Amino acid sequence: MSSETKQILTTDGIPLEVSLKKAEKKNKIKAFLLVAPLLLFLIITYIFPIGDMFMRSVDDKMITNMLPKTFKAMEKWENLDELPPEEVFSAFYFDFKLLVKKQEQGKLGQRLNKEKNGFNSITKKLLRQIKRKKIDENANIKEQLMKVHKRWRSVEYWQAIKRTAPPYTMAKYLKGMDMYFAADGSVAQVEEDRRIHRILWLRTLEIAFFVTLFCFFMGYPIAHLLATLPMKYSNLLMICVLLPFWTSLLVRTASWMILLQQQGLVNDFFVMIGLVADDNRPEMMYNKVGTYVAMTQILLPFMVLPLYSVMKTISPSLMRAGKSLGGTPFVAFWKVYFPLTIPGIGAGCLLVFILAIGYYITPALVGGASGTLISNQIAFHMKTTLDWSFASAMGLMLLTGVLVIYWIYNKLVGVDNIKLG
Amino acid sequence: MTKNSEFVKFDKVDKSYDGKVLVVKDLQLDIAEGEFITMLGPSGSGKTTCLMMLAGFETPTHGEILLDGNIISNIPPHKRGIGMVFQNYALFPHMTVYENLAFPLRVRKVEKDEIDKKVDKALSMVSLSGFETRMPAQLSGGQQQRVAVARALVFDPAVVLMDEPLGALDKNLRESMQYEIKHIHESIGVTVVYVTHDQSEALTMSNRIAVFNDGKVQQLSDPAELYEKPVNSFVAEFIGENNTFNGEVVDIANDKCKVKLANSEILANPISVKSKGDKTTVSLRPERALINPNNKMDNMFTGKIEEVIYHGDHTRVRLNLLGSSEFILKVPNSTSNLELKVNEDINIGWNSIDARALDPK
Repeated sequence: MSSETKQILTTDGIPLEVSLKKAEKKNKIKAFLLVAPLLLFLIITYIFPIGDMFMRSVDDKMITNMLPKTFKAMEKWENLDELPPEEVFSAFYFDFKLLVKKQEQGKLGQRLNKEKNGFNSITKKLLRQIKRKKIDENANIKEQLMKVHKRWRSVEYWQAIKRTAPPYTMAKYLKGMDMYFAADGSVAQVEEDRRIHRILWLRTLEIAFFVTLFCFFMGYPIAHLLATLPMKYSNLLMICVLLPFWTSLLVRTASWMILLQQQGLVNDFFVMIGLVADDNRPEMMYNKVGTYVAMTQILLPFMVLPLYSVMKTISPSLMRAGKSLGGTPFVAFWKVYFPLTIPGIGAGCLLVFILAIGYYITPALVGGASGTLISNQIAFHMKTTLDWSFASAMGLMLLTGVLVIYWIYNKLVGVDNIKLG
Repeated sequence: MTKNSEFVKFDKVDKSYDGKVLVVKDLQLDIAEGEFITMLGPSGSGKTTCLMMLAGFETPTHGEILLDGNIISNIPPHKRGIGMVFQNYALFPHMTVYENLAFPLRVRKVEKDEIDKKVDKALSMVSLSGFETRMPAQLSGGQQQRVAVARALVFDPAVVLMDEPLGALDKNLRESMQYEIKHIHESIGVTVVYVTHDQSEALTMSNRIAVFNDGKVQQLSDPAELYEKPVNSFVAEFIGENNTFNGEVVDIANDKCKVKLANSEILANPISVKSKGDKTTVSLRPERALINPNNKMDNMFTGKIEEVIYHGDHTRVRLNLLGSSEFILKVPNSTSNLELKVNEDINIGWNSIDARALDPK
């Protein structure tokens, strides 16, 4: 029998397979249309901004667009240890003159000054010479430029211009790691006393790790209690767990400020019971302690809820079985109950850790100098220095970090094992 | 070795959860070594509570429980050495069949070789050899049930408790598992305390049955006696089917009494009636009433057929008899079967010894 004769036909004579595909296609289109608004929403509000952030973080087109002729001429500059040829000097001069006409020479000076200190003053000097029409455009421009300021005679400055030629740069990412491109183009570390970002990254990881740990040790018993108590008590307890969710984050953080400050309630209580002297009240806020306490409290529900939903599904007869088979209560817990809660632990820890690593308001309010995190630095660059490209770069580094953690988690535990409910 | 007839002993046990209602009242129950005893009763009758007290998950409010002569009320569950099969099997879902069975042995620090041997033996006992590496979720309901039984037996406990273990299985599987558990019990001679609300399960499997109601044991006897000679109307009602007549004793002799119903009189076997004027409920098994009996029977009446229901192996006939339209007859399916038609009148007879005059309902 050939395969042709085996083909099943519908009553209309159309092959069954074709007919089935046709029927399912309609359903697929319907299903797609249903999720299309969400998909569009995600693309506009999530994928697109991340793409934009990435572009911003590597963008270095400003100088490329300001000095087109210079970079073109620099292609012929072969021996980089010597001064560039005359064409480069004249190209730079004409580019600069054009910028002067557009009154954009100031931006160029500032940007180049970031690359190499001293550019700002020599571009200003050049500007004055041009305005006084001191430069003869028919004569050798290289000679004249070199007379304007001695730095124009230094090859380092021309190398710095050359470094800004590519339209994209990783410099912001390096800066996020307290590194920069040295004059010779190699990656170098900034001086030790200026390495603030690396400290912040490590502190962010440390705080996120410990907050996750505290949340786990506090949340596990609560979740267990929630899952095992009779309904009327567990509902009440559930409300207590969820109450923070219904309170504004700002209000909660502010109430921690009231509690933890030096003249605050906790300190008052310590003094009252004689734990500390009145003139020696410990600082519990504007440092790491404040960040730990407030963040743990705020993130606790994110640990409790996944744990609870997993524990709720564990039949109490399993623990009983463990005990009746001869396991002590501890063995029954450790060998039977605990392994079954691992999906919940995984979900809770991942959730808390990822939320903690990007936390912003709470550390900003109660963290002080030693309790701020990387996200506070990002906000600082967004709002104060207006260095958006640097903020974008650090934001993306944070995102990459989260993805790496997710990947490691997947390798260790498996994402299929996550159970949120 | 002589068998200890008081291997497990409930001695005047009371249990209350809320301090107001006793769910178990003054329970006195002896279980012999090697016996298969079933606690049978409707839900809320206290049977599972008794089992939980024996397992150690509940403590008696009053009284003692003894195992082999020792008071165990204060011993925690894991030190009692009692195997238990749970209603929903309670297999550890994250462990393989082997690990499930090895669990009670590992916590007892048994050698690895010994564990292998015992697990092997237990699995072959429930005919599941070769399933060691499966996870519980990969097994069918019946297989999970067998693993649960094997796990409860693998560490050679003195007593095995089973809490409605067959409740989740379908009818055919349940019946075959009943025989299987019975055979396992017979071959290894372990003491089994079995809890169920299914009377046919209890009748099939047990040496003795304790019928629970309202926190009390209503009757403790072997299956045949329980069915043939119920001591009160609750047991008669709960075990098997039952035709009842409510009336008053008008005459009583040694083995017969006359019971006056609404508009007639029947002869019955006095069980819990003592004297004239006692109210009583007379209980009669449907299969003990015969249609057109050949022999002379001392109760003979005529009734009208209300309904005929074909059940395959037998036919159930509902009659209007002696003023009640709920009288049930079971007619076995045989070649000499009568043509039964609705609205026809038929003659019914039974012996007064089968009509048991019990306490009034």
